[in-house]
Amino acid sequence: MLTNLFDGFAYGMLLFVLACGLAVTLGLMNLVNLAHGAFAMAGGYVCMILVNRHGVPFFAGLPIAFIVCAALGVVAERLLYTHIYRRSHLDQVLFCIGLIFMVDAVVDYFQGPQQQFINIPDFLKDRFEFLGVSVGAYRLLIIGVCGLIAVSLQLVLTRTRFGSRLRAAVDDRRVARGMGINVDLVFMLTFAVGSGLAGLGGALGAEILGLDPTFPLKYMIYFLIVVTVGGTASITGPFLASLLLGVADVAGKYYIPDFGAFVIYTVMILVLIWRPQGLFGRVATR
Amino acid sequence: MTTQRIATLRLQAVGLHDRLSAWHWSEYLFWVLVAASYFLFPSRHLLMNEIAILALFSLSLDLILGYAGVISLGHAAFFGLGAYTAGIITKFGVTDPLIGLGCATLAATALGLATSFLALRGSDLTRLMVTLGVALVLYEIANRLGWLTGGADGLQGMDVGPILGFDFDIFGAVANAYSLIVLFVLFLIARRVVHSPFGWSLRAIRDNPLRAAAIGVPVRGRLVAVYTLGAAYAGVAGALLAQTTQFASLDVLAFHRSADVLLMVTIGGVGYLYGGLIGALVFKIMQDTLSNLTPQYWEFWIGLVLVVLVLGGRDWLERLAALVARRTRPGAGR
Amino acid sequence: MRNRFGLLGAAMLGLGVASASAQEVARVGVILPMTGPFASTGKQVVAGMRLYLAQHGDVVAGRRIELLLKDDGGVPDVTKRLAQELVINDHVVALGGFGLTPLALAASSVATQAKVPEIVMAAATSSITEASPYISRTSQALPQTVAPFTDWCIANGIRSVVTIVTDYGPGYDAEKWFKEPFEKQGGKVVAALRVPVANPDFAPFLQRAADAKPDAIFIFVPAGVGAVVMKQFAERGLDKAGVRLIGTGDVVDDDLLNNMGDVTLGMITSQHYSAAHDSDLNRRFVADFGKANEGMRPNFMGVSGYDGMALIARAIARTGGDTDGTKLIEAMKGQSWESPRGPVLIDPATREIVQNDYIRRTERRDGQLWNIEFATIPMVRDPAKAGK
Repeated sequence: MLTNLFDGFAYGMLLFVLACGLAVTLGLMNLVNLAHGAFAMAGGYVCMILVNRHGVPFFAGLPIAFIVCAALGVVAERLLYTHIYRRSHLDQVLFCIGLIFMVDAVVDYFQGPQQQFINIPDFLKDRFEFLGVSVGAYRLLIIGVCGLIAVSLQLVLTRTRFGSRLRAAVDDRRVARGMGINVDLVFMLTFAVGSGLAGLGGALGAEILGLDPTFPLKYMIYFLIVVTVGGTASITGPFLASLLLGVADVAGKYYIPDFGAFVIYTVMILVLIWRPQGLFGRVATR
Repeated sequence: MTTQRIATLRLQAVGLHDRLSAWHWSEYLFWVLVAASYFLFPSRHLLMNEIAILALFSLSLDLILGYAGVISLGHAAFFGLGAYTAGIITKFGVTDPLIGLGCATLAATALGLATSFLALRGSDLTRLMVTLGVALVLYEIANRLGWLTGGADGLQGMDVGPILGFDFDIFGAVANAYSLIVLFVLFLIARRVVHSPFGWSLRAIRDNPLRAAAIGVPVRGRLVAVYTLGAAYAGVAGALLAQTTQFASLDVLAFHRSADVLLMVTIGGVGYLYGGLIGALVFKIMQDTLSNLTPQYWEFWIGLVLVVLVLGGRDWLERLAALVARRTRPGAGR
Repeated sequence: MRNRFGLLGAAMLGLGVASASAQEVARVGVILPMTGPFASTGKQVVAGMRLYLAQHGDVVAGRRIELLLKDDGGVPDVTKRLAQELVINDHVVALGGFGLTPLALAASSVATQAKVPEIVMAAATSSITEASPYISRTSQALPQTVAPFTDWCIANGIRSVVTIVTDYGPGYDAEKWFKEPFEKQGGKVVAALRVPVANPDFAPFLQRAADAKPDAIFIFVPAGVGAVVMKQFAERGLDKAGVRLIGTGDVVDDDLLNNMGDVTLGMITSQHYSAAHDSDLNRRFVADFGKANEGMRPNFMGVSGYDGMALIARAIARTGGDTDGTKLIEAMKGQSWESPRGPVLIDPATREIVQNDYIRRTERRDGQLWNIEFATIPMVRDPAKAGK
């Protein structure tokens, strides 16, 4: 029972790190970045290539994956996304699906269509009893890393000047700009961090979610669920939504395996019927 | 306001309405070309059949996206339900395609009506996700009901009878004619609907729901109605696919169907009915050509086209038409 | 790029040949998922087919064999349309490929109507060959590798098992054909779990299996996914708890094995092909396959493509170059030859392949991971059809 809760937590945390960038870009720039998963995949592949082929230690691979994806994020933001901020949601969806197709084919071309695995250190494959709960070392690592990220994100958002600028920009972009906040710069940094976190999540999650060229499309739905259920007004919303979905998914599959696949979708529909703005969202005023 | 003035206003309104709903010469040309293509490319009946079905599917999405402004990422739910309904009733001995089409339409309409109450709440994103969720749940249900749907293996042993005495042939000639005629008839109905006062009220809602409500348009009722109509059309498209390929599998409900149809409508342009038709044609021919050239990497080129399309502006068709019009107008020049 | 130019070259070459000697070309339509989640299947099969032609020459009985590759992306109605177009417009003499069960079944009516042989080179649901008298298969019927495996389990002290299968046709086949023979011999399947096709995290299923405390967990999932399960099994510490993981060879796919790492060591699986199969023919097959495909190792899909091409070529040779579909399928019945996987035979009654089933253990040899065959169940017929 507790083991399930633990597994669900780990899975949910992972979803959060993967999806939080999407939540912020959506809240800030009203950008439906369906191609967010592409950054996660890029992170996974960067880490895999470094660790498996060049002997870089796993724990060095993770931050590198973050940095590379953050850099990719900046490049993509400046070169591509900046053209579609003011476009309709439909344009954005079309654009992102196009990007996903291209990234898919490019990865297939260079790395082949098969599943990839990252060689993780042996001690992470261990498992131990903790207060009567059987705990996997790797999942514990995931919870640790992702928890740390969630806490620091929250601190940055609430305690720093950058955080207050970001919140101001999310609340009302026009007024924030009027107050002298460089919204474009704030956004570029946020986009970079969001992409970097997705990359880190992709690298961390490869062990559990797998890694192949169809990754962005396969997990797009999950990211979107997190964002819509959690709302985009804060970072806590998506965080709690990720945990809820992670635990609901794992518990659903454990207790009613025959209907396991229904659980996550049903939860989403029910939540959205009950609160169309998401569990923790506010009614949009814009 | 005097009665005379009201009468003039009414006359003006009728005149405007007639002018806007009259057939343009290019529309005649379009359908003549469609009819001609049937005889010009006898070796491509199968591809054309698929295009006709996708065109109908896109048309159904255009009704709710282009005329009511509802973004749906789960339109495959109705397509799939139509396909399975048309397939399953043949297993109960009802092999006439037209009866099958009718049953599929009814089923999709019912589902559309039932889910419209879920799908018309919240923002774009909420709608996107709820429609998507409905389609995914339906996919799981179809997978679960293996005894009825054949589960992941697909529906086996579908036996569709002849249509008005014509047997479906391996060249797809009958199938193509059948799909094209259904497409044409349903297009006429859709055209009629969007040029009716009902259609105009939808556009008012799309452009500004608050203002529409203020002038007395029953916003909710109209949206439910058009959503249901779109669902019915999608059901017909699904039924056509199942009948002409004599096969239905879980794939008809899959996410990529919903995504593809959204791509097609947006490529062709939303909100003038022909967009879905042209989009389906362009997308499918592009896909067929590219995947023949490079079976493994065609997605890259499709992706590139989409990205360029968005960056360059989706209204490429309009601009092209404007360019042609300028060039062909006598005396016009640079 | 290289692929595109390669294809362009091949197409121009094909055109040149076609115009020079149109009668002598025998086109074979190959329909596979080359994009999407099952793209690796397509890649393996087509590589196997091309390798056969490269090794044996593409001229058989005066006919130059030409492959026409189409991508169906794993969508059944596209498969069917492509099959029809290949038959009508390109006049193919046979259809090959078919990555998944619904894809093979969607094309079956085309094979029957047009009287063109359909050679299934990947899909594994037992019933496929019964869908049309023109279907033959060079991959496997799943019961072939599952049912014989139960004998080994019983003989090695495995009495209680939890089965985990993917929730689709071949999964049900695997579940059924493990349970029946296993329970007949006194074993007990304590729980039968089904995993959704699109499932990211196997933790809950493995945990549930673990809580049932069986002797072993039997697993069948599509290749690719198998590796993920494998890793999560090890991570769950079930191996240390004394639970064994057994399954079909899909979970230790040769294509992925080296990347999966040491977690696979000691894994016992049942499969009709291992790249480590001990024969000169196979060693040459593996070496040439790697050379032609940037070091890729052939898996059971690759060998199915190779043998599928072999079957078509042998049938054309037997008819003396006559490519009438009915004569070709007749010529396929009863064919037997030495394949890289061992001896194979096409059952004249069912058009199903008859082949050895091997029990293998994953070991490290010369710095690489291999599935080493240690027991052979000779010439297994599909038990699902034997009863009929």
